[in-house]
Amino acid sequence: MLTPDVVIVGGGPAGLTAASALAALGVRDVLVLEREVEAGGIPRHSHHTGYGLRDVRAVLTGPAYARRLVRAAQSAGADVRTGAMVTGWASGGRLRVTTPDGLLDVAAGAVVLATGARERPRSARLIPGDRPAGIYTTGQLQNAIHLHQQHIGTRAVVVGAELVSWSAVLTLRSAGCATVLMTTEHEVAESYAAMVGAARLALRVPVSTSTRVARIIGRDRVEAVELVDDRTGARSLVECDTVVLTGQWIPDHELARSSGLDLDPGSLGPVVDTALRTSQPGVFAAGNLLHPVDTADVAALDGRHVAQAVVAWLADPAAILAPPVAIHAADPFRWVAPGLLRPGDPAPPRERLLLWADTYQRFPRVVVRQQARLLSRRTLPWPVSPGRVFRVPWSMVSQVDPLGGPIVVGLG
Amino acid sequence: MTDDAVAPSPVVPSPVAPSPEVYDVAVIGGGVVGTAVLRALAGYELSVVLLEARGDVGDVTSKANTAILHTGFDAVPGSLESRMVARGYALLSEFAAAWGIPVERIGALLVAWTPEELAALPGLKAKAEQNGYVACELVDAAEVYRREPHLGPGALGGLTVPDEAIICPWTTTLAFATDALQRGAELRLNARVTAAAASDGTIELATGLGPVRARWVVNAAGLGSDLVDGWFGGTGFTIEPRRGQLIVFDKVSRSLVNSIVLPVPTALGKGVLISPTIYGNVMLGPTAEPLTDRTDTSTSAQGLEFLQDKGRRILPELLAEEVTATYAGLRAATEHSDYVVRMDADQHYLCLGGIRSTGLTASLALAEQAIELLGAAGLPLTPRPDVPAPLVMPNLGQASVRPYEDAQRIDADPAYGTVICFCERVTLGEIRDAYASAIPPVDVDGLRRRTRALMGRCQGFYCGAKVEQLMAEFGEPPC
Repeated sequence: MLTPDVVIVGGGPAGLTAASALAALGVRDVLVLEREVEAGGIPRHSHHTGYGLRDVRAVLTGPAYARRLVRAAQSAGADVRTGAMVTGWASGGRLRVTTPDGLLDVAAGAVVLATGARERPRSARLIPGDRPAGIYTTGQLQNAIHLHQQHIGTRAVVVGAELVSWSAVLTLRSAGCATVLMTTEHEVAESYAAMVGAARLALRVPVSTSTRVARIIGRDRVEAVELVDDRTGARSLVECDTVVLTGQWIPDHELARSSGLDLDPGSLGPVVDTALRTSQPGVFAAGNLLHPVDTADVAALDGRHVAQAVVAWLADPAAILAPPVAIHAADPFRWVAPGLLRPGDPAPPRERLLLWADTYQRFPRVVVRQQARLLSRRTLPWPVSPGRVFRVPWSMVSQVDPLGGPIVVGLG
Repeated sequence: MTDDAVAPSPVVPSPVAPSPEVYDVAVIGGGVVGTAVLRALAGYELSVVLLEARGDVGDVTSKANTAILHTGFDAVPGSLESRMVARGYALLSEFAAAWGIPVERIGALLVAWTPEELAALPGLKAKAEQNGYVACELVDAAEVYRREPHLGPGALGGLTVPDEAIICPWTTTLAFATDALQRGAELRLNARVTAAAASDGTIELATGLGPVRARWVVNAAGLGSDLVDGWFGGTGFTIEPRRGQLIVFDKVSRSLVNSIVLPVPTALGKGVLISPTIYGNVMLGPTAEPLTDRTDTSTSAQGLEFLQDKGRRILPELLAEEVTATYAGLRAATEHSDYVVRMDADQHYLCLGGIRSTGLTASLALAEQAIELLGAAGLPLTPRPDVPAPLVMPNLGQASVRPYEDAQRIDADPAYGTVICFCERVTLGEIRDAYASAIPPVDVDGLRRRTRALMGRCQGFYCGAKVEQLMAEFGEPPC
């Protein structure tokens, strides 16, 4: 039986940064459980640059960033165990962990869930047709190419046109596979960041908007996809040997769910307050498990943020928390994180609320209300765009009345 | 934990005896029925061979059914199917217990949603009794909701079938084939039979791997059974493949349903059911679509929508859960309502055709029946004195202990503590064992059927590339 002060489930950017931050705050015994053979999370197999801007103040490739976070956690004194998968969570907070060295029981003073998010696969998207080889998510594709040097096909259709989709295009190109088409169900392609705009020009990939994959064709290997244009109903066939399904993130929430944490019906991640406490005392959550998905550095900064509340809990588990005010997302937003605000608590990580929408608006006018009362209204200079987290400054919520009922964030 | 949990997984040495020039019996088709017949024949002093078109056993119809061990309560009374299912249920229950094939006796509940369906329930109970199954009980709406609290509104009553069970169809076929091999049978994969001709008192079968001669032939060719039957002069039936699409939901939905929730059957078929799977998921399906293409196992937008509409009414909360898999199987239906079992003693030919989805349950009874018919037709049957003992198959069932949670096993071999497929919790040890087994996988689907690797919610997001690498490593032919 291990009895660390804190156990962190998941050794990606959020979990590793939480471990570093906890150690820096004087927590002696921090255990990170990572089920992969190497810690670092998704950046491990994302070879392009652009990682680390907001947290480590450097621009690194994914693998370099992942190594840096692992080293930081270890040198701060955290015990980072790889090949260690949590396979059970008994009542009373004891974790059962499967490792090659045997089954471990872990009873920690606090638990931080940082299990991240994954892309929905073909089955969850209910794409009909044959079941040939050659269908990937970005995660599987990048694993195959960068970690295992496997051969991919030569002509790919990339489904989605978000940041991650362009990441997939770059990965395909590095493996000698041309992207013949990108498709998005949205009316406009999602990605507007300058970097992506440049990549789009340089990569010369055509993007079909308002387009769905209606069927996958191919007996052994993908031979073609049938597309349908949602505006006209027109169908077309595109020959390809590879299909990459990108985006459509879902948190890896199995553990959170099996332990009965309250989940947000929109994001499907645990509901947390601005200090990143879940509905269960002593259980915290950080990273893309809460907001599937923001960039790795934003996930990492959640890890830094959560450390404060964990330390406070360890110091005084009996402390009474103020009753929370709920924060809800209104149309067109699907979810908002964090979902609770306790008077007296710190602002959320990076002093921003994170929201997700499935429509595009270039000049969104954000409205925050508490019941009938208008808290603030402001046109923000960045767009609401599907496939990307939308950020709302916390200052828009600062006039909240602790007894005034739920807050709603929408457009108007 | 029992002691046999640390027993090595089944490994059977290749037969050392050279193949005979003429086999006593050749079985065409390596599905659940063909492998069951092969195994039964191999219990006698006979040289037997199984010819399978695919690269694996159980790779066509037997892999994509509803995986239910049926009592036969709803069979046509007096039919061969009724007898075979009832007998097969007992035989397979016993075999599964001996071989470690996971079975969960969760029972079924037929739910009536209309007054007409409610009125039909007493008749179904009487029919079950005619089939020799007497444990059905009529229950009122309150009892239906007590048993299945998550059902949608509008249930009027139900009929219980306490002994309906779920089973792993993949392990079943593999266990039959593995036992046949350890009894000395031969298995020829990638050996599609394309013609049959009588020659010198034997039957010569043309296969993709060259001719095979046998004194007796058993046709268990499933979707191709009518074509094989034609070579022996049969004209009695035509396979009319019926496609069944199914949707499998994430394991987190398992708590929504306790038993196999069946609709009241109509003239159009058995209808759409919702059932837990032996792997801990929930299944919704099947459709029943007549097709002409005997290879079309694609799913369709219409089929999936149809199932979702049905599912939304039966178990509304289910539709909010993530879908882990969609697939389609083809049932080898014919124009007849019953199985087509025909012994042609003159030609030394036995046909086991038109075996639909109940064939999984009926498999061992059909094998028993095949032995009886062949013996009566003159096949000499001398029992082998040295029939090997059952082996313990790797457990794919969610309800009993699997290696990742077995401390003793991990301590003995760290490979069982090395989780490769996170969603299904499949370990390195299990993947390695699959490749070391008597019938190793030849593709990713085959590995999935032996270990559950890659059949989970992420469908390879995390482990797909790693599993592919392991397949290449373990799948390398030994130098």
